[in-house]
Amino acid sequence: MKYESQAVAKLYFLAALGLFLGQIIFGLIMGLQYVWGDFLFPLIPFNTARMVHTNLLIVWLLFGFMGSAYYLIPEESQRELYSVKLAKLLFWVFLVAGALTIVGYLLMPYARLAEVTGNAYFPTMGREFLEMPTITKVGIVIVALGFIFNVGMTVLMGRKTVVSVILLTGLVGLALLFLFSFYNPSNLVLDKYFWWWVVHLWVEGVWELIMASLLAYVLIKTTGVDREVVDKWLYLIVAMALITGILGTGHHYFWIGTPNYWQWVGSVFSALEPIPFFLMTIFAFNMVNKRRRDHPNKAAVLWAMGTAVVAFLGAGVWGFLHTLAPINYYTHGTQITAAHGHLAFYGAYVMIVLTIISYAWPHLKGHGDANDERSQVMEMWSFWLMSVSMVFITLFLTGAGILQIWLQRIDGQTFMAVQEKLAVFYWMREAAGLVFVAGLILYLVAMFTAKKPALEEAS
Amino acid sequence: MNEVFTKSMARNIYFGGSLFFVLIFLALTFHTIKTIPELDNRAALTEQVKHGKEVWENNNCIGCHTLLGEGAYFAPELGNVYQRYGESREAIKAFIQFRPAEGIPGRRSMPQFNLTDEELDAVVEFLVYSSQINTQNWPPNIQG
Repeated sequence: MKYESQAVAKLYFLAALGLFLGQIIFGLIMGLQYVWGDFLFPLIPFNTARMVHTNLLIVWLLFGFMGSAYYLIPEESQRELYSVKLAKLLFWVFLVAGALTIVGYLLMPYARLAEVTGNAYFPTMGREFLEMPTITKVGIVIVALGFIFNVGMTVLMGRKTVVSVILLTGLVGLALLFLFSFYNPSNLVLDKYFWWWVVHLWVEGVWELIMASLLAYVLIKTTGVDREVVDKWLYLIVAMALITGILGTGHHYFWIGTPNYWQWVGSVFSALEPIPFFLMTIFAFNMVNKRRRDHPNKAAVLWAMGTAVVAFLGAGVWGFLHTLAPINYYTHGTQITAAHGHLAFYGAYVMIVLTIISYAWPHLKGHGDANDERSQVMEMWSFWLMSVSMVFITLFLTGAGILQIWLQRIDGQTFMAVQEKLAVFYWMREAAGLVFVAGLILYLVAMFTAKKPALEEAS
Repeated sequence: MNEVFTKSMARNIYFGGSLFFVLIFLALTFHTIKTIPELDNRAALTEQVKHGKEVWENNNCIGCHTLLGEGAYFAPELGNVYQRYGESREAIKAFIQFRPAEGIPGRRSMPQFNLTDEELDAVVEFLVYSSQINTQNWPPNIQG
């Protein structure tokens, strides 16, 4: 760690990991409710568990992105962070706001939460992924603005690199697009149309900028490859992400009351969306092959290559599977979507944050470039446990989805009758979920028991 | 990548390409907003339907159900529930109204939301309005 202010990242990473564990626990609860319908009913109905699962995901990834930015921006800018105090203050604001929101979800019926937070005055609640009360949304905007000010000032006053500029662009885009979460017209079609400006343009737009720049940073640090080469790749990847991803939004405009030309626009451009992920995979492997040094943090390099590959599989391949309109006509709103969502989020965003944490952790703990061998071995086990189990979760949900389409959409059986026939897939998904949580716990153990490498190891 | 493809070329593709497609996207959005009044059933957007959307949102219905295929996949699609229930507003209303508070042993069950009569009517009207949006013939059959 070259700059003292980078240490503030540790707080963010700790919160991210804690909330990640919470997210997975609620995922297991939901998975069980799929086969054991009245599990925890009516204490934690499925909709509450799902809201906690998805919102925790978003919040911990945001913690992860912010922590990553606080860690790498001083190094890239070659100066201390503009304000460590502001970073700490915003951390507590975000954590308290997030915790209160989750507690609100769990302690009272959602309608009551809407009432006590005054949703009637400015209704924004009750839309998928944006369930948080309006006041929480305002809090997110304040935190995002303060964060961007802090990071932006650091970048402006220091060295500007392609990595830091693209990361900042992605973060600014994230904050600006979130403003559409305040637009909630009564017209359902317009509501859905602009809801996607938050959801799609985040995960298939500006978040890809964040992911690519974080990946580029770790690859520069661990391989020692020349920045000129990395920068060129980075520009090309983010160019392809936006060129395909912006009009790719059209793949959500097939069946929601929008004109039918979106079937063409959405199909063609979203079919190209795997390209940036494919480039990221080639990029990662290429850089590692051309490495000028063997970095002692092997676990971080494994995560970096893993995130590129799994993002390509989950976002690229599993996205392509159901993105063409004639296919999506049958798959839309089935377990196929859930399958894709899981592997895409895990591969692209969960893994990139774990990559950065893995890279930064030994520095933050004062262990030098890497943790001790034992901790790294544990971490690599956790990598395989989580990644392989998530691939299996995806395969089981894909199996469930195919059968669901066959029985419900083609054969015409009722939704609930079909769900019962899918139980075996849901049980296997739950088993894979248990392996995933074991992998996550192993990751946490590896991180929290990590030591400084012994002298002969370090050389 | 060799010297033929330079960093500044890559940067220009990024800025130029992104800007170009942002503009096209905005143009298509503008066109969509001009043409959707023919598709989005806005004539049916009464005060009651608007209130129904609030009831729908305040009870987080999307946390279990899909609506026009978007939402959670735990419970049936509701964009065509009006047709599935034989165009009977009463049947939808009764279903929501009489959910057992303690659930059904071993099975998935919708929570009892304790909606007032007026809220029930509103949310049913919202579902009727939703069912008449032109969705390009989606879903494939009545089961949603």
